[in-house]
Amino acid sequence: MATVLFYLLGLVTVIATLLAITRRNPVHAVIYLVNSFFALALLFYLLGAPLVAAWEVIIYAGAIMVLFLFIIMMLELAPTPEADRMGPTWWQWLPVLLLALALVGCTLMLIGVDAGVAQGVPRWYATPRDFGFALFGKYALAVEVVSFQLLFAAVGAFYVGKPERKRRQKKEEGA
Amino acid sequence: MIVPLEHVLYLSAILFLLGLGCVLARRNLIMILIGVEIMLNAVGLTLVGASAFWQQIDGQIMVVFLMAMTSAEVSISLAMVVYLNRRKGTVDVRAFDELRG
Repeated sequence: MATVLFYLLGLVTVIATLLAITRRNPVHAVIYLVNSFFALALLFYLLGAPLVAAWEVIIYAGAIMVLFLFIIMMLELAPTPEADRMGPTWWQWLPVLLLALALVGCTLMLIGVDAGVAQGVPRWYATPRDFGFALFGKYALAVEVVSFQLLFAAVGAFYVGKPERKRRQKKEEGA
Repeated sequence: MIVPLEHVLYLSAILFLLGLGCVLARRNLIMILIGVEIMLNAVGLTLVGASAFWQQIDGQIMVVFLMAMTSAEVSISLAMVVYLNRRKGTVDVRAFDELRG
């Protein structure tokens, strides 16, 4: 059961990714990519990583893709020809609907897969407890380094995103 | 392990190649960043698969660091996209083929 689900979800991931990278409209690409990330999250769950699966949905599909959408809409990068103003045509929304339905079906099938035992052997999976002990015990230093990295990224993004005129003004004031 | 490790590696290789193709073939900056995201996710799948194969938690910890790295990378690169768009009024990479100190 779990094996069948793996190949099914792998197929959904590849199809969604393939559709995502061939779209002309970046908004459509992001929607397909969210589909692909949901399928990938279910794959992570099947491979014994429930916490990583949750973060895949929360961070990738929830935060990063929304940031992409935000930038696309802020810069008005998505083309809106006259035909698009009427709403998407069926060949635009049908593939994404089918992929989403496949994902819902896989999720329902996942309930049927018993979490503890597969083929008589207890299936290994990482509990949040093990995860926390490893992350904040063995890898505590790495967590600190990552927190620095996030801080630098925030400062860098703030500097790069500042309007040109203001930055030049500051430089002249400094000189 | 529900499937052989090779099959997980095949799947992540396919995803990585799709992302690489997207980076190389597309000329829209946003699409290039999406290709980078796909490649990073393929690497995450490899790490989780290896973690399940050896039944060690370290691979999943690496995925968490990968996610932190990705969010840092995305915030910087999208700020760069906004900056470049403000400079040239386009997100086509062909507009950015010259260097100026």
